Amino acid sequence: MFSTSLTANDLLFMLQGAWVTLKLTAAAMLIGTLAGVVFGLLRAAMPYATLPLSWALDVFRSVPLLIQFVLFNSLKSLVGLDWSAFTVGCVVLGVYAAAFCTEIVRGGVLAVPTSLRRASRSLGMSYWQDLRYIVLPVATRVAFPGWLNLVLSVMKDTALVMWIGIIELLRASQTIVTRIQEPLLVLCIAGLIYYLMSLVVARLGARLERRWQEDD
Amino acid sequence: MIEIDQVHKSFGDLEVIKGVDLTVAKGEVVSIIGGSGSGKSTLLMCINGLEPIQRGSIRVDGIEVHAKGTDLNRLRRKIGIVFQQWNAFPHLTVLENVMLAPRKVLGLGRAEAQEIALKQLAHVGLSDKLEVFPSKLSGGQQQRMAIARALAMSPDYMLFDEATSALDPQLVGEVLDTIRLLAEEGMTMLLVTHEIRFARDVSDRVAFFRNGLVHEIGPPAQVINAPQRPETAEFLKSVR
Ligand SMILES: Nc1ncnc2c1ncn2[C@@H]1O[C@H](COP(=O)(O)OP(=O)(O)O)[C@@H](O)[C@H]1O
Ligand SMILES: [Mg+2]
Repeated sequence: MFSTSLTANDLLFMLQGAWVTLKLTAAAMLIGTLAGVVFGLLRAAMPYATLPLSWALDVFRSVPLLIQFVLFNSLKSLVGLDWSAFTVGCVVLGVYAAAFCTEIVRGGVLAVPTSLRRASRSLGMSYWQDLRYIVLPVATRVAFPGWLNLVLSVMKDTALVMWIGIIELLRASQTIVTRIQEPLLVLCIAGLIYYLMSLVVARLGARLERRWQEDD
Repeated sequence: MIEIDQVHKSFGDLEVIKGVDLTVAKGEVVSIIGGSGSGKSTLLMCINGLEPIQRGSIRVDGIEVHAKGTDLNRLRRKIGIVFQQWNAFPHLTVLENVMLAPRKVLGLGRAEAQEIALKQLAHVGLSDKLEVFPSKLSGGQQQRMAIARALAMSPDYMLFDEATSALDPQLVGEVLDTIRLLAEEGMTMLLVTHEIRFARDVSDRVAFFRNGLVHEIGPPAQVINAPQRPETAEFLKSVR
């Protein structure tokens, strides 16, 4: 007979952790996408002038996220910033996501053929109108799959914030494992929750892509 | 009137246009023929200010295209241009492709822009494709849409850069017919083309381009039927 000491309260605890995971992901992707769009457009428009920006972002893309969390957390105490661990988590994840998103956006913008932009400018559209009505919509369709991958990978990377003391899904699960000593069951449930959250994101994305494909 | 006066244009160290003089009078159809790489496309892009020039001047209705204070966005409204690549906006339907510039550039309302777009799409024979996305169109249809899109701005001039070169042979005719129609309606046009017979039929004058210069220019009866210079004759023989 299957028996477990996992209680409904434990499950609730895990779901609360999952909620934190979702909030972190959303906040990081908001920061990352806004900054990534601005940086990506700048990178595409001025490749040489923005080289230093690209070097800086390379650092954030290359250094393991865990090190970034710990370093930023120490830095925070050093300069006396009064930020909560959650804020630190959002900012570090957001910058990390921005570094990747910049490349995704840049790639999308560069995929818009020059001849298409010439055609829109020839019709009398200004630089900004061309950007708004032609470049961004076309680039979005190109960049979207990469962006969706980024969301899924950031969602999993949020697990690392446990190292700066935030209780998200994985940390919540570990706490329960320590108490009831049923790692297999608890981690399976945690995995399932991650899977379901990713599935929803992937499905929403696929639906959007299908709608665009009907245009093409 | 388009007045091109001693224009020089380089890309870096490569001088592509080496002192071109050419005028296109109101109502005139001028064709440019010439080998690939002779600077034909570049010249068209200099005319609407998409490419800067190094020396000389280009005036359109007396407006100096490359002067500092020139409002190029405004000037381009009166110069329609159709490229070799069809350049349909892929995320917009045929109707939206044609309506976009009238709405955003001319600031027209939806109804008014739509009326103009419908008229121009009928003009090029695409009235049955309004809600279709460009990827569902043939090359010839996409190119005719590009023509309608340019015409929707009510330009005073139309420039065509090898509008049929990227098309399958059986689709060339429909696009040439559209251009011919414009010529009959009195549109002022500058056509870069490899369709020699077509150039002879529709043009008032034909210019043969060679090495960044107008090598020979005159009525089609001269330049195409009885070229005065050996290089012109040689080129014509090579494309026949
Ligand atoms: N953006 C550019 N940068 C550098 N060289 C160019 C550019 N565009 C055209 N060229 C060069 O200028 C020359 C003329 O090109 P083009 O005007 O396209 O000729 P055509 O239209 O007569 O075939 C070619 O040698 C081409 O390689
Ligand atoms: Mg060309």
